[in-house]
Amino acid sequence: MASFDSKDAPQPDTSENAGTIARNAFYGLILFVIYLAFYGGFMYLNAFNRDLMASRPFGGINLAILYGMALILAALVLAAIYMFLCRASKTEDAAKP
Amino acid sequence: MIYEFSSFTFSIFAAFVGSVLILSFYLGSKAKSAKAYYAAGGGIHWFVNGVAFAGDYLSAASFLGICGMIAFYGYDGFLYSIGFLAGWIVALFVVAEPLKRMGRFTFADALDSKFHSRGIKLTAAISTLAVSIVYLIPQMVGAGALIKPLLGLEHIYGVLIVGVVVTLIVVTAGMVSTTYVQFIKGSLLVVFCSILTVMILNRGLTTHPGTAEQPFHTFRILPAAEVLPAGVTELPADGPWKDKPYVRFKEADGNIAIWRKGPNGTLSETQVVTTAKAAGSKQMINGKPLGKGPDEATLYTVGNISKLPGGKTETGSLGPLEFFQTLQDSEVILWGTDTIQEADGKTVVYYQKPTSGAEVLMPGNSSTFKGIKSPKFTDKLDFLSLMLALFLGTASLPHILIRYYTVKDQASARKSTVVGIASIGFFYILTLYLGLGAMTSGTLDVTNTNMAAPLLAKSFGSLLFAIVSAIAFTTVLGTVSGLIMAASGAVAHDILTNYMQLELNDDGKVRAGKMVAVVVGIVAMALGVVFETMNTSFLVGWAFNVAASANLPSLVMVLFWKRTTKQGITVAILVGMLSSLLWIFLSAQAYTVYGWDPAKAIVPFSQPAIVTVPLGFITLIAVSLFTQKTGTAEAVAAQRAG
Repeated sequence: MASFDSKDAPQPDTSENAGTIARNAFYGLILFVIYLAFYGGFMYLNAFNRDLMASRPFGGINLAILYGMALILAALVLAAIYMFLCRASKTEDAAKP
Repeated sequence: MIYEFSSFTFSIFAAFVGSVLILSFYLGSKAKSAKAYYAAGGGIHWFVNGVAFAGDYLSAASFLGICGMIAFYGYDGFLYSIGFLAGWIVALFVVAEPLKRMGRFTFADALDSKFHSRGIKLTAAISTLAVSIVYLIPQMVGAGALIKPLLGLEHIYGVLIVGVVVTLIVVTAGMVSTTYVQFIKGSLLVVFCSILTVMILNRGLTTHPGTAEQPFHTFRILPAAEVLPAGVTELPADGPWKDKPYVRFKEADGNIAIWRKGPNGTLSETQVVTTAKAAGSKQMINGKPLGKGPDEATLYTVGNISKLPGGKTETGSLGPLEFFQTLQDSEVILWGTDTIQEADGKTVVYYQKPTSGAEVLMPGNSSTFKGIKSPKFTDKLDFLSLMLALFLGTASLPHILIRYYTVKDQASARKSTVVGIASIGFFYILTLYLGLGAMTSGTLDVTNTNMAAPLLAKSFGSLLFAIVSAIAFTTVLGTVSGLIMAASGAVAHDILTNYMQLELNDDGKVRAGKMVAVVVGIVAMALGVVFETMNTSFLVGWAFNVAASANLPSLVMVLFWKRTTKQGITVAILVGMLSSLLWIFLSAQAYTVYGWDPAKAIVPFSQPAIVTVPLGFITLIAVSLFTQKTGTAEAVAAQRAG
C-alpha cells in the first residue's frame, strides 16, 4: 500500500496562469448552466408532461428516447467545446507579451 | 434450465479473470512505493487515463444493474444511464479543475487545504468511509449474482468468495486497480458490449425466442371462454388468497397451479416459488421441489415479444433506429411479482404483464419511478430526487475525484475527461440495446434482474457468456478493490495520521490500512448477503444520494464561497451524511429488506437527495455565518501566523 508522505503527493498544478484559470472557470460555468437547463427540461417533461415524451417527433421514435440520447451526446459535445475553448484561452494568453 | 455448471464456460471465465489478476499483481508490484504509485499516474497518457475513467466508473451497477433494469422495466433503467453520464458534466465543468489545482490526493485533503482543521479531516474521512461502504454493497451483490450461474453456488458463497479474494488482493498486493488494468477493463467492456449490440440487431426480434439447446417455454394466456383441462379442481380463494386476482387449481397429480385473472376474464400462466417456514423444508417451484431430478422443477426463463407489428413472427436483422421503431409497435411480456404471506410460509407469484412496446419505451414502469404516472406532485419526488442525486453524485464520489490527481496537468485532466465521457456515453447508449435485447431474448431469470446481461450473452452461446461474465466479474473486482483501498486510505491517512496524529511509521500505516481493509471487506460481504435481491443500480443510486448530500455542499462552497468556515464544512458533511443515511434506512425499500411492511415506511419517498442536498447547503451557510470570526480561511491563516 502506498504511504502518504507529503513529499510524494502531487504538487499544485501551476501550468496555467490566473487569467486563463478565471476564463476557463467562466466557460465551465456557462456550459454547466446550458447543460443544467437541458437536463432540467428532461426531468420536467418526464415528470409533468409524459404525453409529450410519448410523441414521436422524428424517425418514428418517441421523444423520451430521442431526448435521452441527445442528453448523452450533448455531454460529449459540450465537453469537447470546453476543451477547445480552454485550449484557445491558453494559446491566447501565451501569445500576450 | 437457467443455471447449469459448465466446465468449458468456467475454464474460459477462470482463464480470463486469472489473466487480468496476474496483470494486476504485476503492475501492482511495480507501484508499491508511494512515489512510484503517484508518478505512474502522472506519466499516463491522457487517452489511456480517459478510458481508465470508464473502467473505474462502469461498475457492476452500470453493466449488470442498468441492463437488468431495462430488461425488466424498459426505459426506467435508461434513466440511470442518462443520470450517471450527466454527472460527469458537473465533475468536468465545476469541480475538477479547482480540485486539480489544489494538488492534493484525498478528498479530505482538498476540503481541508485552506483550514488545516482536524474536524474536517475526521468528518470527510467518515464520509468517504460511508460512501465507499454504501457503494460496495451493489458491487458485492453483483459479484454474488455472477458466481451463482458460473459455479452453481448459492449467492452467499459467491459474495464470500469475492469478498475474501478482493480483501486478500488488497492486503497482499496493495493497489490492484492500476490505471492500465482499468484501461483494459474499460476497453473490453465497451468492445464486447458493441459486439453484443451488433449481434442483437443482426438477430432482430422474434415472438419465439430460444434454440434447440435453450428451448423457450411459451407461457399461456387463456381467453375467458377457454375451459381448463379435465381433472383439475378449483381451490377456494380463502385466507391470504381472498381478494387476490388468482385462481388456484389442484391438478390430477396433486400439484397446485396458480393462474392470474386478467382483464375480460382471461387467465394467464404464472411461475410460483413457495418457501415454507419449517427448517430444512425444500423450496417449491411451480408445486414441485426445487431441483433437476425427476418430479423436481426449476423456474423457466422468461422475456419475449408476444406480438410483432403486422402479425409477423420475426423481423430478421434490424437497423439501430428500426430496432426501436419495431419494438414500439410490438407487445412485450413483462413480469410482475406478488408475495402472499401464509401461515406456514410465503408464496411468491411471478405473473405475466403483456405491455405495449410504446409503454416499455416510456418512463414509469418500475417501482422506483412509478410515481411519474401519478397526478400527485409528491409521488413524483422519488424520480426528481434520484435524477438530482445522479447528476450531483458523480462529482462527489471520492474514488472518482482522486483520479484527477493521476494526470500531470489541467489540460490532460480535461482531455482525459472528454475521452472518459465519450467512452462512458457510448457504453450507456449500448445499454439500451443490451437491456431491450435481454428483455426479448427469452433467457431472463425472473427472480434476478442483475443477471440480464450475462444471460443475454448466453443466448448467443457459452463462449460469449463466459467472456461477458468474466468482464463483469473483473469489473467488480477492480471496483471493489478501489473502494476498499479508498476506505482504508481514509482511515489510515485521514483519521489515524492526520486526525488522531498517531506517530506511525510507514510500516505502521500500511498495517493499519490493511486491518481496515479486512474490516471493510467483512462489512461489505455481510451487506452483500443482506441486499441480495435488490437491483444493483438502485443500490448505487443510494450511494449517489449519500455522496451528493454529504460531500457536494462542502466541495462547491469551499471552492466558490469565501465566507465558508471550517465549522460550516464539518457540520454540513455530518448533517448531509447522517440525514441521507437515516432517510434511506427509514424508506419503503429498506423496510422490504428488514421484512417489514413497506407501506408503513416513515419517509414518503426512497431517494433523499432533493431534501438532504439543500439541507447540507443551508447547514453550511448558516454555520459559516455564525462562525465568521474563527472559521474562515483568512481567520485560520491569521491565527497560524500569529
